[in-house]
Amino acid sequence: MPEISMTVNGKPAKGHIEGRTLLVDFIRENLGLTGTHVGCDTSQCGACVVHVDGRAVKACTIFAAEAEGAEVKTIEGMAEPDGTMHPIQAAFQDHHGLQCGFCTPGMVMSAAALLAENPTPTEAEIRAYLEGNICRCTGYHNIVKAIMAASGQDVSRIAAE
Amino acid sequence: MPKDGGIGASSKRREDVRFLTGTGNYTDDINLRGQAYVHFLRSDVAHGRLSKVDTTEAEGMPGVVRVFTGADFEGVGGLPCGWQVTDRFGEVMQEPAHPVLAQGKVRHVGDPIAAVVAETREQARDAAEAIVLDIEELPAVVDMKAALKDGAPKVHDDLTSNLCYDWGFVEENKAAVDEAFEKAAHVTSLELVNNRLIANPMEPRVAVGDFNRSTGDSTLYTTSQNPHVIRLLMGAFVLGIPEHKLRVVAPDVGGGFGSKIYHYAEEAFCTFAAKALNRPVKWTSTRGEAFMSDAHGRDHVTKIELALDADNNFTALRTDTHANMGAYLSTFAPCVPTWLHGTLMAGNYKTPLIYVNVKAVFTNTVPVDAYRGAGRPEATYQLERVIDKAARELGVDPITLRRQNFITEFPYATPVAVEYDTGDYHATMDKLEEIADIKGFAARRAESEKRGKLRGLGVNCYIEACGIAPSNLVGQLGARAGLYESATVRVNATGGLTVMTGSHSHGQGHETTFAQVIAEMIGIDADQVDIVHGDTARVPMGMGTYGSRSLAVGGSAMVRATEKIINKARKIAAHLMEASEGDIELKDGQFTVAGTDKSVAWGDVTLAAYVPHNYPLDDIEPGLEETAFYDPANFTYPAGAYAAEVEVDPETGRVTIERFAAADDFGNVVNPMIVDGQVHGGLAQGIGQALLEGCAYDENGQLLTGSYMDYAMPRADDVPFFAVDHSCQTPCTHNPLGVKGCGEAGAIGSPPAVVNAVVDALRSGGSNITHIDMPLSPSRVWQAMQG
Repeated sequence: MPEISMTVNGKPAKGHIEGRTLLVDFIRENLGLTGTHVGCDTSQCGACVVHVDGRAVKACTIFAAEAEGAEVKTIEGMAEPDGTMHPIQAAFQDHHGLQCGFCTPGMVMSAAALLAENPTPTEAEIRAYLEGNICRCTGYHNIVKAIMAASGQDVSRIAAE
Repeated sequence: MPKDGGIGASSKRREDVRFLTGTGNYTDDINLRGQAYVHFLRSDVAHGRLSKVDTTEAEGMPGVVRVFTGADFEGVGGLPCGWQVTDRFGEVMQEPAHPVLAQGKVRHVGDPIAAVVAETREQARDAAEAIVLDIEELPAVVDMKAALKDGAPKVHDDLTSNLCYDWGFVEENKAAVDEAFEKAAHVTSLELVNNRLIANPMEPRVAVGDFNRSTGDSTLYTTSQNPHVIRLLMGAFVLGIPEHKLRVVAPDVGGGFGSKIYHYAEEAFCTFAAKALNRPVKWTSTRGEAFMSDAHGRDHVTKIELALDADNNFTALRTDTHANMGAYLSTFAPCVPTWLHGTLMAGNYKTPLIYVNVKAVFTNTVPVDAYRGAGRPEATYQLERVIDKAARELGVDPITLRRQNFITEFPYATPVAVEYDTGDYHATMDKLEEIADIKGFAARRAESEKRGKLRGLGVNCYIEACGIAPSNLVGQLGARAGLYESATVRVNATGGLTVMTGSHSHGQGHETTFAQVIAEMIGIDADQVDIVHGDTARVPMGMGTYGSRSLAVGGSAMVRATEKIINKARKIAAHLMEASEGDIELKDGQFTVAGTDKSVAWGDVTLAAYVPHNYPLDDIEPGLEETAFYDPANFTYPAGAYAAEVEVDPETGRVTIERFAAADDFGNVVNPMIVDGQVHGGLAQGIGQALLEGCAYDENGQLLTGSYMDYAMPRADDVPFFAVDHSCQTPCTHNPLGVKGCGEAGAIGSPPAVVNAVVDALRSGGSNITHIDMPLSPSRVWQAMQG
């Protein structure tokens, strides 16, 4: 089986894979980084979103071999080394933007990609951007609110949290 | 003002950090040394006679450990059903066998036929493709009414027909109800479909079986809402493993919504195969498999009639429902259209006479069971739709008609066997009118019309029965289980608490809210309380989480156990302070002697319990650990009023939710932030049912909505910010916390509001439409508008 190597959360990572191995399986099975989740098989749900060279990518939708040499960031790479959560992670906790937690890693990674390209998105822009991330628990209310808060917007006037 | 971390505080959730940093422990994150992987070969026809499963070639494929078929399970029990309904003639329901792997016949697309265990997931999948099946395809029954016709193909050859039961409730009232309809000044009737749904928790199901040959112990890690129930059902009825030799662990579970209550074939298979092969066996469902193997929800076809007198008082209600069971009886399926549905038909109204008829039908489709709300959404939808229709026919305001018929005195015994303990339906309607700004609707409609859009307002009420359930009552109704809950509170020597609860958290935040309750009772910091759940080896017993029962039943067990702890600690404190036990008070984690300045801290008492040098050993034992079982005296009855405001694009039929308001009465609330979140999620699921979601089969029983490409899940841009309020609080009178449960309300109350609003919008545009079946997709709405 061929060997691939990439940088994952700032550390070198390599492993032997089959040609058909998906990036998400390499991350979960070879590297043991189980924060990235698989929620569907049609690239719809977004539970597997990671960053590849700074872009949000559904890790179930590319082969591991396609990420050869890339800089990959997963949910495990978002907090500071001392455990301090990234402002988006903190906002999700502050505003109850997660319940069962399964879609959450993908939501956080998508939110981070959104704020990188649009630092103060409107409610409508956030909802449109999250088209590829499905949450079954929260009704999205507190996810949208958390992302607005993480971008520095005043969310105190939005209906109860 | 609630105390930080106590009851009423919006404490941040302690479970969030692990979920936000990717360090949760979901079942698919568990990998055991030496594990093999199983892939299930599933039927791709809805109905067929299975004459041969040739595994010869598959067994020789790379990495294959063993291939199992139905023949391997002939000496093994089938999957049991947990509820037996008795029909209107006094006969028990027809109950077919449900083998772990198909034997002789396949009965729905997705029915598992063979299981390939291999060294890798890919090898198992590859080898499954080499299995040769000989299936004689038979005509399938999909439509319920067709399934009941004479000569219809039978799903189960050994049953007399496809009718599971014909249930009448309350059968003795039938003649009186019919008579009331004869005398009615006005009768409104409506035929409707409660669309079939798929729960779709974002985490697909997973099972990992393990066997320890040296001890003979089996372990199952599984995505379950109730691991103890799985231990009992699978151990006692399927595999014959006594409970002390079987451990079931449900770690972090990524949502359930009912679909993870039931005992599934894949769990039994992995446990069985781990023992047979003496190595761990793991199965991870794909989403595609989930669509054809997770229990589906709803799927009722109903005719409802409402009788009113000349003053618009409701005088009688009559319903006729067909409820789809699918191909087999899932764990709680028979009780959903009966005891969780018929008993709620009074709703919030003092209708004196009610008769409910339900025919449960077998079809060649995936088994149907409880999905968020379970029977109560079906009851609410038909009742609130027919009331809305009646209001239009009579030319009265739909809110006024509802208010006129509200139950206002409690306790209230309904004509459908339940007694509401408390409620204030005018209060929640008042609150709704305020937060929904009903008065401002006309102006908003005018503004929409300027933009060429039709705007509609839909209002409805709901009531549900939660806190399931009094064991002696449900036993009479056919439950094959008790529905109590247990809790063990273990106080450690240094004062911290480990609380083992039989409730299971899969998104509800129990680790936070349950700790708030105990912290409040003792007066200590919530950080000193750890909540343990989801492991039969750590928690003595549990009936699990469903039916909005966790706080009302599980929380009550926890309160009772903590009361025992406090009583014992009070004796120890009395001894330490040389005072009379009756004079001891506990406040803010300090025991004091009334009328003196003597005090001893919580931690000193707990230390004394484990280092009993100065201790009343003649009276009490050392140690501080107590268990309580709590069996509720009644259901709880959350209720509320909801309002949807929609815009319809007359050019396309597309409906958008512009505003949604929910005023709920959940009784007392422990963590308002979490309660709001539960309502938000329920609303999105209810709006999903109303506008987007619909599981579809073709006439051959092929599942047409088998992926997220075909089954429309609500996305972030399908819903607005919600206005929710739960400040109307009539505490439950029969549980110690006065709580009612909040998990299902949103999904129960929202579908009729949306449909009422769309009908209102279309009529404002000149249409005389009275009903459209869910989901209100653009094509359905557009076609309805064409008249």
